[in-house]
Amino acid sequence: MDMKVAKKKLGLKEKYRALTRDLGWDTTYQPKDAVFPYVGYEGIKIHDWDKWEDPFRLTMDAYWKYQAEKERKFYAIIDAHAQNNGHLNLTDARYLSALKIFLQAISPAEYASHKGFARTGREFPGVGTQVACQMQAIDEIRHAQTQIHAMSNYNRYYNGFHAFADTRDRIWYTSVARSFFDDAMSAGPFEFMIAIGFSFEYVLTNLLFVPFMSGAAYNGDMATVTFGFSAQSDEARHMTLGLECIKFMLEQDPDNLPIVQNWIDKWFWRGFRVLGLVSTMMDYMLPKRVMSWREAWDIYGVENGGALFKDLARYGIKPPKGWDDAEKAIDHMSHQFMLGLYQWSFGTAFHSWIPSEEDMNWLSAKYPDTFDKYYRPRWKHIKKLADAGTPFKNYGLAKLCQTCQLPTVFTEPDDPTLTCHRQSVYKGQKYHFCSDGCQHVFDNEPEKYVQAWLPMPQLFQEPINGDLGAWMEWVSLRDGKDNGDYAGSEDQRNFEAWRGLATTNQ
Amino acid sequence: MTVAAIREYIGVPRDSVENFGGKQIVYASWDRHLLFAAPFLLCLPPETPFRDLVAGPLTALVQADPDAVALDWTTVEWLKDNQPWAPDFDASLAANGIGHKDQLRFRTAGLNSLSAAA
Ligand SMILES: [Fe+2]
Ligand SMILES: [Fe+2]
Repeated sequence: MDMKVAKKKLGLKEKYRALTRDLGWDTTYQPKDAVFPYVGYEGIKIHDWDKWEDPFRLTMDAYWKYQAEKERKFYAIIDAHAQNNGHLNLTDARYLSALKIFLQAISPAEYASHKGFARTGREFPGVGTQVACQMQAIDEIRHAQTQIHAMSNYNRYYNGFHAFADTRDRIWYTSVARSFFDDAMSAGPFEFMIAIGFSFEYVLTNLLFVPFMSGAAYNGDMATVTFGFSAQSDEARHMTLGLECIKFMLEQDPDNLPIVQNWIDKWFWRGFRVLGLVSTMMDYMLPKRVMSWREAWDIYGVENGGALFKDLARYGIKPPKGWDDAEKAIDHMSHQFMLGLYQWSFGTAFHSWIPSEEDMNWLSAKYPDTFDKYYRPRWKHIKKLADAGTPFKNYGLAKLCQTCQLPTVFTEPDDPTLTCHRQSVYKGQKYHFCSDGCQHVFDNEPEKYVQAWLPMPQLFQEPINGDLGAWMEWVSLRDGKDNGDYAGSEDQRNFEAWRGLATTNQ
Repeated sequence: MTVAAIREYIGVPRDSVENFGGKQIVYASWDRHLLFAAPFLLCLPPETPFRDLVAGPLTALVQADPDAVALDWTTVEWLKDNQPWAPDFDASLAANGIGHKDQLRFRTAGLNSLSAAA
């Protein structure tokens, strides 16, 4: 008779060790340098990978169980939302412009982030780091998937959702986010961690996701709110990973400080430019607004960011170089950007509109020093042109910044009436920038940024050769449906008709 | 500074003039006229007379601004590479020294309907 041996259950600590640290081994067939060839060339010195702390101590089995549970809940709510015509609970279909920008620019960034973490998880030699990066890689692909699924229901009823992958690759306003991730993914593993793990996930994520998710809640978009809840616990883990990573680099060797500081300067500014999209969403695109971009910046930028950099000062880290210029831009950027989106709306796969009198009053209350002085006169003139039957369309395509790839809509930090003109010459060619921050990034690594694929100049090259109609087809933009002013759009007509059916007896 | 890389790193510019089928890019903008959200991107043959650039695309593009009616091209101040500069209206872009991706700016002192004074 077999004796039943009571299997000793592993304690949490042992289980954690068995399922993370114990998975690593020392290489024997190949030297370690050949197995991890990318870990040294950026100049970051690591002496002891075992010093890496895993603040969450999450093992893969627990991770799997936990995420599966969230998935079940998420899809149950998404199904209910679809079956109950959840789209008719929106405050107004103008809200969908924010969602379209999110789907076209940010969801693909989640996917890019997945690829980046999968790669860094392979490139770092430390086991703790590898496991943390792998989990984040899976989180990020799940974020991309759940966002696409959550928003796919809107694609059944509204324009502008149908070709987000083409939009991501080819249209112009998404290239700020696309180039941000391309830049990070073509950097080494340590820079990637500072770019995405620290600057994006730690310093800037609250400015992106909190306004978006609250915006969804305020405007009746249950699908997106559900996604937000499903991602929330991941975000907490990502933030911790980013912070752990920067502290690890700084504690391992004092020579790492100047390299890390340079990356913080760069990625803060690049991230700040991505937030330009968010600022317009908050100030202009939400029918029911959560708070102004200025208010969000004061909370998540000045207060939280300020506390973070105070904390990092003990390692010798200084606040990012572009911090003061960012502060000077806060009361201007959403207006400058929205004015651009409106005048180029023939080329956007979402709608924009002239703010109503009530909207403008809200803006002047939120931006008492800038809106009435600089921006209301422009909107009033644009309104006059629209009322006269000659709506303002700026067919002079825009000069783009070689670094952030946005149209150069931004003004001098100390003169809001003058466009910021910056240019560098490299190997006999001229390159233009929207700001000192973007010019610094270029000047540090010109050989990288000369390769930028800038959507506007590309329009005049093969295969489009300046033909706007051919360009629309190429970016999957359906003229008269996806683009232009919200007033008079198919989205507006349909939403009002369907909502009328749902809420009246007509 | 050079790009940190594991081997020699050489980038190929995507916007070299050879890629524009005999044309070149010119950027042009009207200082303190921010109804136009960014400088205009124009793609023209280098043989284009400067006068045609002004009378053609530039004049058409600035019409939406209320100052456009009072705009007198013979008195505007020009800048190229952010430095004061005087164009020859009858010469071509090339003969005027306007290279690929050059930025032209023009100023009209006193004409600033939509812009708060700096
Ligand atoms: Fe994510
Ligand atoms: Fe830029």
